[in-house]
Amino acid sequence: MNNVRDKKRANKSLPFFFRTEFKVFFAIILVSTILLISTFSFDTVPPILNRGIQPATFPKGLLVLIIALTSITYYLSFKKPWKKEKNLPKPFFLTILSFIIFIIVSKTLDFFLAISVLSIFVSYYWGERRIFYLLLVSIIFPLAVFIFFEMILGLRFPPGIITNLYYY
Amino acid sequence: MMAPLFSSKLLLVLLFGTLFGLILGVLPGLGPTTGGALILPFTMTLDPLSAIILLTSIYCAGTYGGAITAVLINTPGTPAAAATCLDGYPLAQKGEAGRALGMATVSSTVGGIFSVIVLVFFAPILANLAYEFGQPEYFALAIFGLTMLASIGDGSPIKNLIAGAFGILISTVGKDFMTSIDRFTYGINELSVGIGFIPVVVGLFAISEMLTQSTLLHQVFKRVALKAVKLPTKDDYKKTWKTILRSSGIGSFIGVLPAEGGTVASLIGYSEAKRFSKNPEEFGKGSVEGIAGAEAANNAATGGAMVPTLALGIPGSATTAVILTGLIIHGVRPGPDLFKEQPEFLYGIFGAMLIANVLFFIFGFFGAKLFARITLVPNKILWPMIFAVSVCGTYSLSQSIIDVWIMLFFGVLGFFMRRYGFSVVPVIIGLILGELVEGTLRQSIVIFDGNWLMFLTRPIALTFFVLSLIALAFPLIRSKKNKKII
Repeated sequence: MNNVRDKKRANKSLPFFFRTEFKVFFAIILVSTILLISTFSFDTVPPILNRGIQPATFPKGLLVLIIALTSITYYLSFKKPWKKEKNLPKPFFLTILSFIIFIIVSKTLDFFLAISVLSIFVSYYWGERRIFYLLLVSIIFPLAVFIFFEMILGLRFPPGIITNLYYY
Repeated sequence: MMAPLFSSKLLLVLLFGTLFGLILGVLPGLGPTTGGALILPFTMTLDPLSAIILLTSIYCAGTYGGAITAVLINTPGTPAAAATCLDGYPLAQKGEAGRALGMATVSSTVGGIFSVIVLVFFAPILANLAYEFGQPEYFALAIFGLTMLASIGDGSPIKNLIAGAFGILISTVGKDFMTSIDRFTYGINELSVGIGFIPVVVGLFAISEMLTQSTLLHQVFKRVALKAVKLPTKDDYKKTWKTILRSSGIGSFIGVLPAEGGTVASLIGYSEAKRFSKNPEEFGKGSVEGIAGAEAANNAATGGAMVPTLALGIPGSATTAVILTGLIIHGVRPGPDLFKEQPEFLYGIFGAMLIANVLFFIFGFFGAKLFARITLVPNKILWPMIFAVSVCGTYSLSQSIIDVWIMLFFGVLGFFMRRYGFSVVPVIIGLILGELVEGTLRQSIVIFDGNWLMFLTRPIALTFFVLSLIALAFPLIRSKKNKKII
């Protein structure tokens, strides 16, 4: 109990720009403002053809609503600070890294290879060391999924160094 | 009602859906919403009725499946089973896991069947009422559905509304449907058709859960041994029959309300069971009434949630949003015309839900021990496999790699949303209602010749607006009372 209180206090005693509430508020407001500004560059319908409102009006209204509600949430957080979250562990960042590797491999080499690389990477760093299970998640299972989608659903996967071996 | 189901293919689909739903419900972090989204691409090989029967049976069985893990490892398989943990696990710890699961199985089945009856009676009535609806009424109804998001779960109402507005914003990406003008596409051709529902759902549920699991690798579940599921005794029935019926009614009612679902229903069902109980002090220590109250309510919400989904095209919960997408993908337009033009299709769905409830009773009663073993599959093997299915499933719908990247983006976003107290369910509901909200608003403005005040001259629309205000005010007042606005 005391621990929790201490953590909460620790969060409250931080400068405002280090506090979670501010970071979340700042991120939402920043993104919303950028999107709001971009709505001004949307094409407009000439008045003679315009029925009702312009295409940009509705998203503009939504973004203003999001900014207003986020501001209210931030204001209310002064009275009741958010609880401090635990720091994210190493496997989380490794999983994010595996997503980035997935995107790079699927874009440059092969979609199927990207799934295999991610699977073995995640499984290994999450603690799996047995070769059979690593092969199961990285080759056998993705292969089964590939065959299922290809043969039953008639899906054609994007070309790549391994997928091409199957198609040609 | 059952006639369309007397085909071996449909019965097979139903059987598979129920089994698959149970497995999904048992696995913490998955559940019927994620499972439904993952299986949606596979339904493309099926005819519309089989596809929707598959999704609804997953919905019914998945909602029940959550109770098995709630009782045995004190971790709800689905959010709707969270209230079941409160008494299910303590009872299991006393060596009565079989009795706890027996009560959960019976009350879930009764709740589920009760809600199908509600669905059969109320969906056509609501659909008939919907004939009176014009664009302004649909707009007001959609707004009502969105304001109901404020009270989803026990999160902050304001954060839920932000998430809902964000969901609607996502629906505006792509070509404007009235003028064909690009919005938020930034020159990327693939975005002109908009952001698909599946990449967002799979990202927000499956991928964000994968990231959540990466932070919980050290977690060890304490499993309670289960010998066999036991049917409740006469004493248990005497104690709980009123609770089961009350919770079935509550669950069905909550389910009918747009955007609410099993989670809210089970929490209310549980608290009402405690309020009416002669032994409220037993709650939290292994009360069978507590289990019955929560389980009857969350399963009763399944049929209830299908009422607005089928009659109005407004999802009653996150999973029904997936079912609604399934209907749209298969060219079935929910609404009053569906009741007039394709009654056999609807009867097929009603009958399938009824049978699914009976099937999960049988599977749950005889196979709970086996299903509980599924939780032994380690996350380090399970989640890479789910990733492979998520990626292929997302890619398969429009064969676009951009969809896979969108899925990953929403996965990371969903993780941080949940970390900072924003529910992801409103995003899904907002996304699915977005087009309806914008479309009906713009068409109403055309009808009213730009005069917004004309909305107030329509009695049905006005009623929905008043209900929306109540829906907004209620959780804010409740939160203020509990000092839990943020």
